[in-house]
Amino acid sequence: MVFGDRGTGKSTAVRSLASLLPHMQVVTGCKFNCDPGSPVETCADVCDARRDKHCPTHKTVPVPVVDLPLGATEDRVVGALDLERALTRGEKAFEPGLLARAHRGFLYIDEVNLLEDHLVDLLLDVAASGENIVEREGLSVRHPARFVLVGSGNPEEGELRPQLLDRFGLSVDVRTPGNLADRVEILKRCDAFERDPEAFDALWRNENESASALIAAARERLGEVAVSDDALEAMSRLCMATGADGLRGELTLLRASRAAAALAGDEAVGDAHIRRVAAMALRHRLRRNPLDESGSTARVERALGEVFAS
Amino acid sequence: MTQCDAPPPLSRWETALMAARLFAIDPAGLGGVSVIAGPGPVRDLWLERLRGALASGAPVRRVPAHIEDDRLIGAVDLTATLASGRVVLQMGILGEADGGIVLIPMAERLSAGVAARIAAVLDRRELVVEREGLARRIPARIGVVAFDEGVSPEERLAVSLRERFAFHLDLRDLSARGLANLAIDPSETAAARLALASVEGPSADVVEALVATAAAFGINSVVAPLLALRAARVAAALAGRRAITEEDAVLAARLVLAPRSQMMPDEAPDETEPPAPPDDPGADEDGDDDDDDDTEPATEPPNLEDIMLAAVQAAVPDDLLAKLKTGAGGPQPTGRNSRLGAAKSSALRGRPTGVRMGALRPGSRLALVATLRAAAPWQAVRRNDQVARTVSRPIEVRREDFRFKRFAQRRESTMVFCVDASGSTAFHRLAESKGAVEMLLAEAYVNRTFVSLVAFRGHGAELLLPPTRSLTRAKALLANLPGGGGTPLAAGVDCAVLVALAERSKSREPLVILLTDGRANITADGQAARGRAMEEALDSSRRLAAQRIAAVFIDTSARPRAEGSDLAAAMNARYVALPYVEASAVCDVARGAASEFFTEPLRPR
Repeated sequence: MVFGDRGTGKSTAVRSLASLLPHMQVVTGCKFNCDPGSPVETCADVCDARRDKHCPTHKTVPVPVVDLPLGATEDRVVGALDLERALTRGEKAFEPGLLARAHRGFLYIDEVNLLEDHLVDLLLDVAASGENIVEREGLSVRHPARFVLVGSGNPEEGELRPQLLDRFGLSVDVRTPGNLADRVEILKRCDAFERDPEAFDALWRNENESASALIAAARERLGEVAVSDDALEAMSRLCMATGADGLRGELTLLRASRAAAALAGDEAVGDAHIRRVAAMALRHRLRRNPLDESGSTARVERALGEVFAS
Repeated sequence: MTQCDAPPPLSRWETALMAARLFAIDPAGLGGVSVIAGPGPVRDLWLERLRGALASGAPVRRVPAHIEDDRLIGAVDLTATLASGRVVLQMGILGEADGGIVLIPMAERLSAGVAARIAAVLDRRELVVEREGLARRIPARIGVVAFDEGVSPEERLAVSLRERFAFHLDLRDLSARGLANLAIDPSETAAARLALASVEGPSADVVEALVATAAAFGINSVVAPLLALRAARVAAALAGRRAITEEDAVLAARLVLAPRSQMMPDEAPDETEPPAPPDDPGADEDGDDDDDDDTEPATEPPNLEDIMLAAVQAAVPDDLLAKLKTGAGGPQPTGRNSRLGAAKSSALRGRPTGVRMGALRPGSRLALVATLRAAAPWQAVRRNDQVARTVSRPIEVRREDFRFKRFAQRRESTMVFCVDASGSTAFHRLAESKGAVEMLLAEAYVNRTFVSLVAFRGHGAELLLPPTRSLTRAKALLANLPGGGGTPLAAGVDCAVLVALAERSKSREPLVILLTDGRANITADGQAARGRAMEEALDSSRRLAAQRIAAVFIDTSARPRAEGSDLAAAMNARYVALPYVEASAVCDVARGAASEFFTEPLRPR
């Protein structure tokens, strides 16, 4: 969840994820982004890209970052019958929706606080189960839909229900940079991009690629990062100190600090990693206290001080 | 001589026309123009000039404030689809306007949802359609002209859109005659449009001056200098230049940055070149920069940033200048850009319109036409079905076709707190009211309640918190509350009624919660006369009752007297005595009243 000031490039940052992440392998012709390594039966019931062929071909594609625009209708989100085939040939064929397209990637909703509640509920449901089930016209389709839900919005446009916020793993707060030099640099880069997008792209390609390589290497190491009982205890105490409800906070904290350790190239999760991710893993889970003036990030920082002081 | 480099300030008409000229050259790049103006000849004339300057054949489309997605984004054209056998898109307005502009009359009534859809198109310059089995990306390079017709500063175009527009104009109080002699030469704008792509990148000076000037005027945004830079590039193209000069940058800063000012630069950026101090009467509009600068020693030629600061300062609109001078908010260099802008935003969410899919439930209302429309394309498929063949029906309607009217989903309401901020207990009463507001907002997601706060003291009433559902905003706006002075009760009630009626016009049912000891002592014209003040308060209360606005009167006096209950009776309000005002108690009263007033079926009006 990305919350913050208007015009800070929240959407731009999310949409550019695709160029930062290592590419992935998919079965050629599969509309559900199937992993060639997965067993055939996990594929959608209606996908014949692999079933019909003995030796399906693979291809490498960027990780999908799919936009869910406001005004999208439910049938396009979950998928529905192909209208054209129904009309022309009287056939029932499933036309996958945005959830299928986002499988193994990201589904992005800008202004998530303006999205209709029933769509949000549906998305969270699928995001949690990793599977999309559609029943239409006597056709029943189930296909894997594992994606990272990314939302962005401005809290001044209306706040999110806490039950919903809690379902987001991480939450960051974006502020307009206060430093003049940063703003000048932003303006220069925006202008450079506008005047010649391709040259801009070429200029930054190397940096993007090294970031991508770093992420790929960290993924390799992720399984080997050790988490000591002490670290686990620190996480639990942190969650108790902040009053973050439920176990979701602890789980996220564990996964995020493990990822932070892997990214840093460390073999075990240490205090530094926990400190680094605590605010983003917990800040949106705190029980709201309207009379406490300090922001939730400050409350997490305070708890960090308490837990790690002893 | 020092500031003679800054071109003389433009008159308001020249400014408005220059904005139209630049916008007509690159509508998509400059995003839009928000124009505060009611319908009338002035506005028509300006628009006529703008239309004349657009590229020939550029589409101009109107977006009504309550437009639905089918029309805005697009939908399946059922007739054409059934006739041709392939899916035909009925293009929405945003796609139709590609290469041209969309006009939004009554822009202040645009819902946050529609504003967000348009904003997304402005950002991406394409329209993403994911509707009813259609997935298309349609080029939509559009500019927006939003006519803001709100009468009060609280009714303004959504900030999310406004801040994406390069130009903010105010055409109020301008006479159409002023424009009679001003014209735009379409061949000039056409030539500039062609030349735009070959304008070179800005110098570092220009970029730095724009960013620094924006910061000096408290514009806490990176979008504003970016829009100013684009405007400068268009200005260079218009002047037939290949490079952006100081003149272009200064013009752009005036047009784009001045109306966005959040504060006046509080100190001279350079000892040798102090810009006209903000309290210097007349320095803002008369354009006569020379006389106060003649006396100052000029040691070096002024740099671009100083010229720009002076130019922007001279171009800050009068009403904004007055507001900044009286310290409405005061200088807040680190403040969020919501300081003034947010006061105009709308937190309206998903106005109940249109239809939705879903299961048939008791109480839900079927949208028959939409249901039949949903069923139509599938008739051929269904006739082929085994089941259907056994029983032949003229139309096969299945459960998944059912469409329901969406307004049954929810009803929004607004609580307008009207708080007596006078006298010695003002601080306590305000603090507890603020606490109540925040507590209610913290749970507002449950019942979709908007909350607003009006305070009255001294000689008048003030809307401290425009209706919002955002706790963040409430906290920012209610950070420091003024208190003390006399009790202009009538002014407070009148202000609350205005807010309540504005809310009702947005389909949110208002509930006014008045907290006072009921002892009015300041009349509408600011006189301290208890008797007349009380009569006026009773009059205002009756007006509230006449509008059938639901109200609760919380009497905060230590020993309640007849005045309180008289006023409550006049406004047909529920009377509650709460001598020890406490946030949670106020909250309970408000909640109780809301559940009573709003959960019962629609009250006849």
